[in-house]
Amino acid sequence: MLRLSMPVRAALARLTLPVMLLASLALVLAGRADRHLGDFLRTQVDDALAPLYRAAIAPVAALESDRGALGSWLHLRAGYSELARQNRALRRWRAVALALEAQNEALKSQLHYVPTPTPSFFTARVIADLGGLYSRSVLVTLPRDPGDVHDAVAMDGAGVVGRVIEVGSRSARVLLITDLNSKVPVAIGPGGARAMMIGQNTGAPRLLYWAPDSPPREGAIVLTSSVGGVFPNGLPIGIVHYVGRNDPVVLPFAQLDSLRVLRIFEYGAADAGGKTAGAHAPGAA
Amino acid sequence: MMDVAEILRALDRTARAMLPTAVIVVVMVLLALPGLLPAATDLRAGFVMSSVFFWTIYRPAALPAPVVALIGVLLGLLGDVPLGIWSVLLLLEQAIAGMSRRVLLRQGFMLVWLAFSGCVLAVVSLEWLARMLLSFTALPLMPTVLEFTLSVLIYPLVVVPLARAHAGPAAPEQA
Repeated sequence: MLRLSMPVRAALARLTLPVMLLASLALVLAGRADRHLGDFLRTQVDDALAPLYRAAIAPVAALESDRGALGSWLHLRAGYSELARQNRALRRWRAVALALEAQNEALKSQLHYVPTPTPSFFTARVIADLGGLYSRSVLVTLPRDPGDVHDAVAMDGAGVVGRVIEVGSRSARVLLITDLNSKVPVAIGPGGARAMMIGQNTGAPRLLYWAPDSPPREGAIVLTSSVGGVFPNGLPIGIVHYVGRNDPVVLPFAQLDSLRVLRIFEYGAADAGGKTAGAHAPGAA
Repeated sequence: MMDVAEILRALDRTARAMLPTAVIVVVMVLLALPGLLPAATDLRAGFVMSSVFFWTIYRPAALPAPVVALIGVLLGLLGDVPLGIWSVLLLLEQAIAGMSRRVLLRQGFMLVWLAFSGCVLAVVSLEWLARMLLSFTALPLMPTVLEFTLSVLIYPLVVVPLARAHAGPAAPEQA
């Protein structure tokens, strides 16, 4: 410990705040000058906290009211009849699917169709919801050897959730489609009309850049498009809904406000959709 | 025998001195857990601002400026805020609170709350401007208004347990 006289010590104490303020301003500039610095530090922090999150999430998940152990026990009976109803509906759809599959195979064989490779995927648990004021992202766990999951597509049971933007050694950040920085090329309706789906920090991303002579139809399905090379063709995102005149938004199928488990699909940027390989357009994120 | 007592006392003092920082960091991390609270992530900044304001006024030694700067870095990294912005903002908040603490120490809860609201208004407006400047994009005002409202509303909830801690477990002089 350095021995300092009282006035010197008081002066030093008074200087700490301005000095730290200057250091922080320098940090802002450094982060601005080198974008990777922030990403790197963020990944390190996420990785360091991942085991903590994982340990802390177990009791929360167990107590959660509508999906956890307590909730499912309370709603056992209602849940059972709902499942039975869904099962009946699904059986009906299975028959339809089998018929369509057979028809599809027959048509493919007539066309000498080259099948796209089946993507590999793994299931990842959402361990932290790291959205903030102007951002929507979640942290997921990674399995031991995940491969290159950068730009991998994240889906829940119903639809596209987002895209992996930062990868650490045991955790990865998924940018949700509702984030302000999320721009996804989409195909609308059976005709596959092109548009961009742009997050606006609310539950429903906005549709922009559609052809003015054929505006998206209310209720039409919105699928991903391989334009830009990040997403593959044809993953379900949501349906079109008009909130105002000439202001269509997408109501996502995915339950973005209560994500627990995600499937991470590694399509690999090289063969996303097959035809626009490697075309990393800056807007397609 | 004397030595052991001395070491225990030093440990106790350290633990008490570190309590405010530890609570801030732990709550910040807990607020990221999905499903714990609705809109928990929106509360994170409000919680940290309330804590920094409270400790700066009632126990300035509990949160030295370097610690506040580090908390700011962590807050920015957990959310998706450009690096360092929250360090600057929290230090500015600490500066404002520090300068007015002699006046505020003698005031009742309502006036301190009002002062906190003014401080938060300045901080979130600066945050909004800084983020727009750093990203060269126009950002919607609504989330900032929401953050301001949540921060002001959460202050009493944060401060009641902190006031207890201030009198008891976070007081190094009681070690």
